[in-house]
Amino acid sequence: MPEYTFRVNGEQVTVDVPGDVRLLWVLRDILGITGPKYGCGINVCKACTSHVNGRAVNPCAVPVADLRPTDEVTTIEGLAATVGEDLHPMQRAWIDHDVAQCGYCQPGQIMAAVALVRRVAAEGREITDADLDGLRNICRCGTYFRIREAIRAGAKDM
Amino acid sequence: MTGSNDGMPPDEAVGRRRFLGYVLAAPTLVAAAELGVTASPDIRPPSPDIRLPSPEITEILDLNDMMTLAALPTSGLVTVEVHPDGTVSFALPRAEVGQGITTSTAMLIAEEMSVPLDRVRVTLADARPELVFNQLTGGSNTTIATYTPIRVAAAVARLRLLAAAAVELGSAVTDLALKDGVVTARSGASVGIGALAGTAASTRTRQVPVTLTPREDFTVIGRPQNRIDALDAVTGRKKFTMDLDVPGAKPTMICRPPTINGRVGPVANLAEVRAMPGVTDVVTVSTGVAVRAETFGQCIDAVRALKVSWKPGTAEGKSDETVLRELEAAELPIGLRPPTPVVEERFTFHFRSNSALEPNCAIADVRADRAEIWSSLKSPIVAQQAIAATLRLPVGRVTVHVTEGGGSFGRKLFSDAALEAAEVSQKLGKPVKLMWHRADDSRQGRTHPMATSRVRVSYLGDTVLSYKQRHTSVSTDLGHGLGEIITATAAKLPVGDIGFSETFFQLSQTMSYDFGSSSRLLSETDKGFNTGSMRNVYSPDVTCARELIVDRLAARMGRDPYRFRRDFLRNDRSRAVLEKAAEAGGWGRPMPAGTAQGIAFHAEYKSVSAALVEIDCRPETVGRPIRDGVAGPRVTKAVFVVDVGLVVNPRGLEAQMMGGIMDGIALALTSSLHLRDGYFLEASWDNYFYTRQWNTPPELQIIIMPSGSEKPGGAGELGVAASMAAVACAYGRATGTMPTGFPINHGTLSFTPKPTVPPVPPSPTDGLDHAR
Repeated sequence: MPEYTFRVNGEQVTVDVPGDVRLLWVLRDILGITGPKYGCGINVCKACTSHVNGRAVNPCAVPVADLRPTDEVTTIEGLAATVGEDLHPMQRAWIDHDVAQCGYCQPGQIMAAVALVRRVAAEGREITDADLDGLRNICRCGTYFRIREAIRAGAKDM
Repeated sequence: MTGSNDGMPPDEAVGRRRFLGYVLAAPTLVAAAELGVTASPDIRPPSPDIRLPSPEITEILDLNDMMTLAALPTSGLVTVEVHPDGTVSFALPRAEVGQGITTSTAMLIAEEMSVPLDRVRVTLADARPELVFNQLTGGSNTTIATYTPIRVAAAVARLRLLAAAAVELGSAVTDLALKDGVVTARSGASVGIGALAGTAASTRTRQVPVTLTPREDFTVIGRPQNRIDALDAVTGRKKFTMDLDVPGAKPTMICRPPTINGRVGPVANLAEVRAMPGVTDVVTVSTGVAVRAETFGQCIDAVRALKVSWKPGTAEGKSDETVLRELEAAELPIGLRPPTPVVEERFTFHFRSNSALEPNCAIADVRADRAEIWSSLKSPIVAQQAIAATLRLPVGRVTVHVTEGGGSFGRKLFSDAALEAAEVSQKLGKPVKLMWHRADDSRQGRTHPMATSRVRVSYLGDTVLSYKQRHTSVSTDLGHGLGEIITATAAKLPVGDIGFSETFFQLSQTMSYDFGSSSRLLSETDKGFNTGSMRNVYSPDVTCARELIVDRLAARMGRDPYRFRRDFLRNDRSRAVLEKAAEAGGWGRPMPAGTAQGIAFHAEYKSVSAALVEIDCRPETVGRPIRDGVAGPRVTKAVFVVDVGLVVNPRGLEAQMMGGIMDGIALALTSSLHLRDGYFLEASWDNYFYTRQWNTPPELQIIIMPSGSEKPGGAGELGVAASMAAVACAYGRATGTMPTGFPINHGTLSFTPKPTVPPVPPSPTDGLDHAR
């Protein structure tokens, strides 16, 4: 079987798996990294949102063969290390605002939020209601309002 | 609700807090709770002349009383354990599915034992058949039923720790203080509870009388507390069923039929699919064809490759239109039209999905003589019994572990995935990690049944003479153990021989307005669908219909909708939440054309609630561009006021109301299943329009009313009904037309249906192109 090499949460990994297997299953079923969740498998619920080279990506829609050896995949498990802390400021904001209910979607929500704040910051502006309306991650517990509050708070510390 | 102790003789106030608990024979301190005679719920005996339909049966006994009563005989078996490391543990015989009960339970123990919250470990108990009726999570009953027993167990532990410390420190118990997990004597000497765990233990089980901490001394209960599992949730460490590493349990998925409950026939290409990359097994089971593989991705590929002959299902050829005709035929008579003026309407509520974000899933390891199951189950004893029967194993050989659930909304009352996983594991002789694809969860999973509600109100002058509601629904499957409770308690109920669903309906509904003679009846038809109790069960629909009629009635009488409700509500507690909502929400403020406020009231679970919302139905808002989603009217503000009696965790209560509001918005405006040709068109979250960020009210306020009550009410489902009704009323006032079909956009299909064969869609491959 072919081997694919890329980086996950700061470490080089090599997996022996067919190239069309989506990254979500490589992470969860082969590497045992279970922070990214399955919610649809067709890139609409966004529960698996992670980062590839710092940008939000949904691993359920990425064949593992698409990754290069230098590509850095960051899942919720590796987010804090990207800022050299125990917790990323967005995770802290999530705790302060007591956002999570069942918690299933929240790793994806946090990863999407961090990418949004970075994007908006790169555009040199503040987060708007329209930015928050544009987040597509589903939360079936309906924590949306606290998510909005946490993102605004977390953005200040990023 | 019971009032405060004001004006009550002191000994009576103490008497109401005095209970009997147990210390159990164990090497470390284990305290257990048994409810004493004083713990009986405050229920007046039913008067013998009550007959259904009685005006307000819920004033005598409601669903929560029945569940609490049913739980009484075995509540003594819940135990609090003190460990040498100073931690306290408790295995909660309930399911945590996001509602925050592990946090509120830890708070009860921390309060009564004076230990820091972070030293209390709350886990979820395995299925314990000896608990009989005391392991069902539903009806927003957890806090109501466990509030006293958990505190009694903790109080027994506290008493034993103090007695052990008295010996250890050579001091009288009266000279000791227990705080932050440390016992300190007047002399200043101290000892941690961990060091006392062994000496406080008992070699024999004995009964211990305790007096619970009075409400005025609470330092934990009633104060906002963040979730104890928040850190795990935000770091990805929180483990759901599919995150567990059970040796040998490989990903497994089922290839399912194109129509609801279609039956499996021959498979044309079994050998070919078995040879696909990663696939370890393919086997026909009762619900379809199971595929086990190295990854779920390979399961999806194999499911898509299978060529299966399918036989008809249980809803063959049916559609929204045919079911509506069935409902019309099943509707109970509403009686002759009275000679007085009437307001009358029939409302339609379409099928809705209670899919959680975590799909149905379970792990099963079935061996020749035993089975072990892992799944988030709200009725684990029923699951254990059903699995044992399916596998032909004694119940005692089936271990059922209750895992943390990724949402429920009624889904986890059933054990569909656990039963399937057990069957597949037994057939293959291998452990399996079975998960439903989202398309399966949406199309074959349980639904909130389609229903109609016909309401007729007669009035004369300023007086409402009668209110009649005939609710007609596709059958709701309630066969998850509540049935056993009903059976056990039926003799005590003034409901005679009426049916099971009707009992549930009557016990969960109440008429809060002074509307003369009132009757509500449920009629059910068609058991061909996979249904279940969706969050708040009948209430969102029943309440929505009622509140819309109230608005119309107020208009007919020339009254303001808020003032009309306030004047007709039957008690001060109800009026208080409504008044607060009107005040905080600025009821009656001038608003532009195409926008409006709506207000609604709902009482259930020994709680009362009121919602005020503002909605924007202007064309530029409704038509705002949203990719792969539904925009629709925007709820721009929501104010929700709630009185649940005694509040254990205000922060958790607010979270539950917030979720209920989002559910209410979805039910009123966007979320439904479309039935065509015996299957639901919706196959994923880009078809089923649950509330999204772009539907979320930018302004949201939740107000918890102060209460002198000594007893908690239920909250997990409470927020849905008033929210849905308020949104519907606001929509009606903004557009000038009362909506009669829900959700309001059901008539417009906002997506292209995905194929039914193969039953699951392929995963996209362009993920990196969308990096942002």
